Amino acid sequence: MSVNSDPNGTSRSHSESGGGQAGGHTERLLQPGTVAPDFTLHSTPDQTVTLSEFRGQPVILAFYPADWSPVCGDQMALYNEILPEFRKLGAELLGISVDGSWCHAAFREARNLQFPLLSDFEPKGEVCRKFGAYRDEDGIAERALFVIDAKGTIAWSYCSPVGVNPGADGILEALEGLHEPAGGEQGQ
Amino acid sequence: MSTRLRSPVGENDYVRGPDDAPVTLVEYGDYECPHCARAFPIIEEVSARLGDQLRFVYRDFPLREAHPRAEPAAEAAAWAGEGGKFWEMHDTLFERRADGPAWLDDDRLLEYASELGLDASGLESALEDERYLAGVRASFIGGVRSGVNGTPTFFINGIRYDGSWETAPLLRALEEAAASR
Repeated sequence: MSVNSDPNGTSRSHSESGGGQAGGHTERLLQPGTVAPDFTLHSTPDQTVTLSEFRGQPVILAFYPADWSPVCGDQMALYNEILPEFRKLGAELLGISVDGSWCHAAFREARNLQFPLLSDFEPKGEVCRKFGAYRDEDGIAERALFVIDAKGTIAWSYCSPVGVNPGADGILEALEGLHEPAGGEQGQ
Repeated sequence: MSTRLRSPVGENDYVRGPDDAPVTLVEYGDYECPHCARAFPIIEEVSARLGDQLRFVYRDFPLREAHPRAEPAAEAAAWAGEGGKFWEMHDTLFERRADGPAWLDDDRLLEYASELGLDASGLESALEDERYLAGVRASFIGGVRSGVNGTPTFFINGIRYDGSWETAPLLRALEEAAASR
């Protein structure tokens, strides 16, 4: 049920990071200050979501490798629990992987997920690539997080080793950081 | 991400062991989580081995969607805590998993209350009124803030412990933390 469910702690190892930094390939991601590339992706077989529709409120993009894999399930299950906190901060959460929308539908239903999962399915991984969050070596998304501010600019990004659930503390800190500088309350 | 415990051990915590122990082990756990159940006897053993060297703190991190009975169980433990029986209830909730899949159902929680010599009707109304829910949720959010991403997650003297929690390596990590004090 959790990344550290393995008592040997191997799933927490940071062997993926290679470069010796605590995270994954954070340096490859689009960096804070960059305008987030707009996209439209299927959230269900007959509905789409467009990033720019969320202008006026912060958006959390959670790229993850795959539906159903145990760590992903935990990360999405954790975010599902924290959703009220994200919403208190005015933010919407969007999960993104290369899985198809029927797969997402089944996964959402099984886990009772209360936020959209977007399919970066055709052309495969195109949106992931735009954000620097595609793993060419295995054809899936990185476990990458972005917090995008109300104007559509990336405020924070983080890439976790693919086997490690990054938790939500970084997201919450980034969202709270948005409220600190001048600019007042975001819409919503 | 965060590797530090952001909410220090305080008076709202359930604490076992002396306040001035050189090592504090904080666990974020979930009564319905099989891994926490497996960790339970390990914590018992390292506690016995370390004696007064160890202060153990248990905090709730119930994943409601995955474990629908974890939150009521945590509320039951908090309620028992009012009657001075937090640890007795805590132990029972993990141990009685052996009884089968319904071990955290409401009627079972009430049964445990009676077994501990507490007035089960008090628990019934506390669960109905969700009297202890806010405290359980506060523990969960505190855990999220400290980077807890699943259960069990351990912190040794305020630093997240990502190593193996089998008895021998956990004991070694705790002893090292005690020695470096």
